[in-house]
Amino acid sequence: MGRYVARRLLQMIPVFIGTTLLIFLMVYALPGDPVRGLFGDKAGDPRVIAALRHEYGLDQPILVQYWNYMKDMILHGDFGTQIASGRPVTDVLGDAFPVTLRLASLAFAIEAVLGIALGVLAGLRAGRLTDNVILVITLLFISIPIFVLGFICKLVFAEQLHWLDPNVNDSTNYGQLLMPAIVLATASLAYVTRLTRTSIAENRRADYVRTAIAKGLPRSRVVGVHVMRNSLIPVITYLGTDIGALMGGAIVTEGLFNIQGVGGTIYESLVRREGTTLVGLVTILVLVYLLANLLVDLLYAVLDPRIRYA
Amino acid sequence: MRGAKSAKWVAIAAVVALAATACGGSDGDSGNDSNAAVDPNGKFSIEVGEPQNPLQPANTMESNGSIVTRALFTGLVDYDSSGKIVMMNAQSVDTTDNKTFTVKLKPGWKFHDGTPVTAESYVKAWNWAAAPANKQTNSFWFSDIQGYADVAPEKGKPKATEMSGLKVVDDNTFTITLTSPIPYFVYKLGYEVFSPLPESFYKDPKAAGEKPIGNGPYKFVSWDHKKQIEVVRNDDYQGPNKAKNGGVIFKNYTNLETAYEDLKSGNVDVLRQIAPRDLPVYKQDLGDRAVDQAYSAIQTIAPAFYTKQWKGIDPKVLQGLSMAIDRNTITKTVLQGTREPATGWVAKGVLGYQPSLGTDIFTYDPAKAKALIKEGGGVPGNKISIQYNADGGHKEWVEAVCGSITKAVGVACTGDSKADFQADLQARDAKEVKSMYRSGWVLDYPFNANFLRDLFGTNSSGNQSGFSNPEIDKLIKDADAAKTEEESEKLYQQLEKKLPEYMPSIPLWYYKVNAGFSEKVTGVKYAQDGDPILTGVQVKK
Repeated sequence: MGRYVARRLLQMIPVFIGTTLLIFLMVYALPGDPVRGLFGDKAGDPRVIAALRHEYGLDQPILVQYWNYMKDMILHGDFGTQIASGRPVTDVLGDAFPVTLRLASLAFAIEAVLGIALGVLAGLRAGRLTDNVILVITLLFISIPIFVLGFICKLVFAEQLHWLDPNVNDSTNYGQLLMPAIVLATASLAYVTRLTRTSIAENRRADYVRTAIAKGLPRSRVVGVHVMRNSLIPVITYLGTDIGALMGGAIVTEGLFNIQGVGGTIYESLVRREGTTLVGLVTILVLVYLLANLLVDLLYAVLDPRIRYA
Repeated sequence: MRGAKSAKWVAIAAVVALAATACGGSDGDSGNDSNAAVDPNGKFSIEVGEPQNPLQPANTMESNGSIVTRALFTGLVDYDSSGKIVMMNAQSVDTTDNKTFTVKLKPGWKFHDGTPVTAESYVKAWNWAAAPANKQTNSFWFSDIQGYADVAPEKGKPKATEMSGLKVVDDNTFTITLTSPIPYFVYKLGYEVFSPLPESFYKDPKAAGEKPIGNGPYKFVSWDHKKQIEVVRNDDYQGPNKAKNGGVIFKNYTNLETAYEDLKSGNVDVLRQIAPRDLPVYKQDLGDRAVDQAYSAIQTIAPAFYTKQWKGIDPKVLQGLSMAIDRNTITKTVLQGTREPATGWVAKGVLGYQPSLGTDIFTYDPAKAKALIKEGGGVPGNKISIQYNADGGHKEWVEAVCGSITKAVGVACTGDSKADFQADLQARDAKEVKSMYRSGWVLDYPFNANFLRDLFGTNSSGNQSGFSNPEIDKLIKDADAAKTEEESEKLYQQLEKKLPEYMPSIPLWYYKVNAGFSEKVTGVKYAQDGDPILTGVQVKK
């Protein structure tokens, strides 16, 4: 087990270097200069532009920039400076991550609890009316684009019913975060429901379940312990990768509801050609992905004792 | 089961939402009465984006930062709505030769930290901002002052740290000497770049940009990045534009659509702009709280004169193209009445604006357009393209302009889309524009020279098209050498009348402010630069 974890952690190093280098090269390949962008329509003093470019190391070859950046990041925990604002990238990340973390965890809770509950319900009644209704609803959730759903929610709940605020003004207010979290969760929720349903429906007919029923165990114990535990493996796999997706992929939702989190910051850094900010954000997202996956793999053993790690 | 669950969630959320907006609701009730009592200490909120740069006066070039900077700092002079100079921190700015200006300050002004505003506060701030080592994006603005070349030489190390043209006479007096006379220099002084800085600024300029100490009508309270900036009224303020409200909260929005929704639900009080999506309905939604007024900015398309196509072109061809654009229809339909057809190169609200240049090149006339293009030898290649940035909402009108040209004179025209503003700028700077490009100009100071000299002089900072004409250069020189401001204004007006003969660009339309405000506030007015005048806003009880 310990060796397995160590090996997994070591594997993170090449992934880490690969992703950051790729991002660096991609941003570099885009036309447009972040420093020149500060000046807008009006031309700036070339001396000031040169001084700024020098300060941010933009006058160096790309690989030297990458080397310096990684060196500072690993040795000093220094993610560089955001060119536009002159603020350390760590500050920018410190502003953005808690916001997205709150939104993502709320969405994650909704999708995990509701998704698994609906999936179990549908799986236990496979083929019957409840099952079909749930399948149709989840199909709808999967097929509606997120921004359409967002607009509908805003229109109905905020503008016509006045139940909720249309936008998030205070990102620590969970009441305001609820609507975007639901919107963000819907697509994943549908997948979780469907995965759980299939898995449960299949396992209900498994030999060990029949044995458990034959032993005379109460239904709640059969479903709760025997069926569920085995059925959750694919669901946990999906939920694990989804944590990363929720953290990084909220660009549309965050834009729609005026949430100033990671998604918006990624978009903004891309538009402004802020390679350093982008790499900083992506680095942390990569770490989130890798750790979530590691956690998922370790959870397998808890759920299914037959799975052992060398 | 599912239904029950979601109903419960919504119910909880609704309670929270109601509690949060409780005060908003009661304000709305009294909002119908336009004479409602005013709360002099009431605060209001306004939509802005996150400022790009730290809040140092010489470093805020974009609108999100400059609106905050202007609330915190007051410079020597300002302008009224007709473009006339108003004295602010300055008692007088006198000159006899338009080259040396003597500035006398009103005594008794203080920075927010209690230190006095002196002549030194100005001189030192300007010297600091001009030095390239301090990397202020607006440092170029000091280049008129004598000795700038020593502080910021083209090449090599700076020879001086202070501009020789700035001299402190006594605590409340200093002199500015320019390299050459500029009759309208006082107008430039109204730009926030020329703000004074307190002594504490220099200890840590970076920290000062995060927590600015100014001398303006508002004091800085806090900057919660990407969320809001808060300022409160400065009760010790001596200037004529004392705030009529208790303070301003600059709320951060990433897009205009969400800001508009929040305006309707009472979460934000003043908007600077309405998103295109809401333009067709905003007047209906807001009634007399909808704003629709001119501001001093212009949209043009400029030929890249360095290309093979336009090098040495007969201006008649460009006149013809100009007459092939149906400005009236495009502004009404595609732009939904948010722009006004241009009739010159200087925007409305600027001193020296002329309603008519006595030419018909701005009128849509396909027959005459065809004739002019033919006379001028035709459009080389019979094909043009207009470069624009796809992220700025320009696609629709560029296509409409192209359609109009093709329909009227049969010249093939396409939009040349660049992914975003950065890429667009890069192509312009590198002189890689293929044919024409979209160009715009918002006033820096309300004097017509800003729209003429700064764009069309051969070596002007805003000249990206490569336009160069000895006669225009000479007229600029003459106008700058004028004895008085009025004379200079007149000479620039004559210059503008000459422009149809050279066609440095094709003016399209003037911008308008399309904005709105909530029922909680009154007295919301917009200045020439399109921003609301914060100090005049009153908050209802």
